[in-house]
Amino acid sequence: MQNNFPNEGMSVIVKTITRFTVWLIFLYGLYIVIHGHLSPGGGFAGGVIVALSFVHLTLAYGKNFVMERVNKFAMNSLEAIAAILIVLTGLVGLYVTGYFLANFMGVGKLYTLLSAGYIPMLNIFICVKVGMGLYLVFYYLASFKPKEG
Amino acid sequence: MILSQFIFVPLLAAFLIVLFARKKENFAAAIALAACAWILIVSFIAFFKLSSHGGMILNNTSGWEIPYTICLILDNLSSFMLIVVNLVAFLSAFYAIQYINHFTGKWNFFALFMLMLTGMNGVILTGDFFNLYVFMEIALFSAYALVAFGTESEELEAAFKYATMGAITSTMILFGIGILYSYTSTLTMADVGLQLRSGGTPKMIFLVYGLFIAGFGLKTALVPFHAWLPDAHPSAPAPISAMLSGVLIKTLGVYALVRIFFNVFGAPTVVLQILMLLGTLSIIIGGFLSIVQWDFKRLLGFSSVSQIGYVVIGFALGTTLGILGGILHLFYHAIFKSLLFLDSGAVEYSTDTRDLRQLGGLSKELKVTSATNMVGTLSISGIPPFNGFFSKLIIIIACISAGQIVVGIVAALVSIVTLAYFLKVQKHAFYGKKGSAKVLEKVPFAMKTAMIILAALCLLSSVIMIPSIRKNYLNPIVDTVMGRTSYIDKVEPYLDKGSVK
Repeated sequence: MQNNFPNEGMSVIVKTITRFTVWLIFLYGLYIVIHGHLSPGGGFAGGVIVALSFVHLTLAYGKNFVMERVNKFAMNSLEAIAAILIVLTGLVGLYVTGYFLANFMGVGKLYTLLSAGYIPMLNIFICVKVGMGLYLVFYYLASFKPKEG
Repeated sequence: MILSQFIFVPLLAAFLIVLFARKKENFAAAIALAACAWILIVSFIAFFKLSSHGGMILNNTSGWEIPYTICLILDNLSSFMLIVVNLVAFLSAFYAIQYINHFTGKWNFFALFMLMLTGMNGVILTGDFFNLYVFMEIALFSAYALVAFGTESEELEAAFKYATMGAITSTMILFGIGILYSYTSTLTMADVGLQLRSGGTPKMIFLVYGLFIAGFGLKTALVPFHAWLPDAHPSAPAPISAMLSGVLIKTLGVYALVRIFFNVFGAPTVVLQILMLLGTLSIIIGGFLSIVQWDFKRLLGFSSVSQIGYVVIGFALGTTLGILGGILHLFYHAIFKSLLFLDSGAVEYSTDTRDLRQLGGLSKELKVTSATNMVGTLSISGIPPFNGFFSKLIIIIACISAGQIVVGIVAALVSIVTLAYFLKVQKHAFYGKKGSAKVLEKVPFAMKTAMIILAALCLLSSVIMIPSIRKNYLNPIVDTVMGRTSYIDKVEPYLDKGSVK
């Protein structure tokens, strides 16, 4: 990838290592989310790890490198969409079973990846909401410039 | 079905505003207003439908039975609180449509407003201790952001102070909930009450009392915990000040105290005595600190500390008359304090200052603001036939009939102090010599309408003192509080006593 800000961020060693580790962190976050209903972890924990992979990239390469590639508007929208989808899942449960946020899908076979009804789906929505939200907090803090004097 | 609307409608509105209304700011106001109107109507429907459901509607979420799930409970007290909150919220949102033009980021404002409303409705409806904590944090975090909305240094400082003190006391509340959970192994309020009732009074319960009094006492702004309020409430935009002073301190503070100490713990005498002392101190200190203020909104902030003392001593008396007075003053204070804050907002909107020394002689130019402020002044000082008269009279009579003569005399005397500092506002802002501040802008239509409706309500809400209306609508609310742990008996049939499904 073309780096227009080669003098920003940390040293070459850190940047090189980051190229290897950032994908591992990102994939580990996704693993935690997808297996959230089978093993410890879930949407929130996975979302935090996904956000940390972006934070990792920002720390190693400097904020301008990331800001050039990340679309703030899209991240804001994704966060809102995920939140709306969580509420809508609750409403579907209300419509189907009469209880808000009730599990309206079949529970499936225990210990298989596609089981536990709507819980994997909710985990993914929560991951998007938490991941985008946490990274945006970091993004706004990083882009803050104090007044001169 | 009806209960979850109070939570998902404002929540959905908040995120729809973030998603769609970032470029079209009028759209944000439209969504917020529609959501507020919807839940206001639903809260009236719920209030009138409640008697046909035997005084309690219980709604389990996610298809499990309590105590294995979170439940939403609507009884007479909570349906009454919902009306108070959503009425003030609707009028504040209506006022904000034009007021907020002086700020940037209108969509931010309305999204946070909706989240705050979600939190407050959640606190009122929930029947679960941990859920209470979560909704309280939702409301508080939005409130911190809204206090800092102007992003001036003074506003950021107030928000930081509020956030620090709020976070410390929220942790205390969480700690108290943790202790209760470790003792009873349940988080459902009624189940906790049931187990404490059958298991005697363990010593740890006094630690929980202390943590909850400090935690919810800060949210109520009772006197040793009041320091954040006179900073935070004036710093927020006026519609938010109206929400904070009008309903937030009552929902997160007084309502939570009453629900937990009366309905779960059965109103222990030691707690009532402490609340009595703190309430009396609040009345005196809030009242006297108001007199010396020159900032219009800061004066109103200290006045809230004083008035919330009246509400708390009403409940702390523990007699039928006292609780009636407390509930009435809670409702009436929500109306006239919101009105006074909206008036102060209108003055600031048109003259760009809220320093009483620079204002003066505004009654000719700001006719509506001046007239509605006069109504608010007369109401809060307890002049008949305005609503404040009835609630204060009942509280004073209740104090004397319960043998608390000193508290009764204090309440009566500080009522005169209240009149004194509001006459100071009248003299220095609306009448008297013309000050250096000039009217730069007219007060727009939406702001005027909201103020006129609230002023009319100051007079009209006295109607609930008519005996037949009071018997039908007010007495069931008093009975909910007076009945102490009868709340537990009502929830008990819904509790699943078997093993986990």
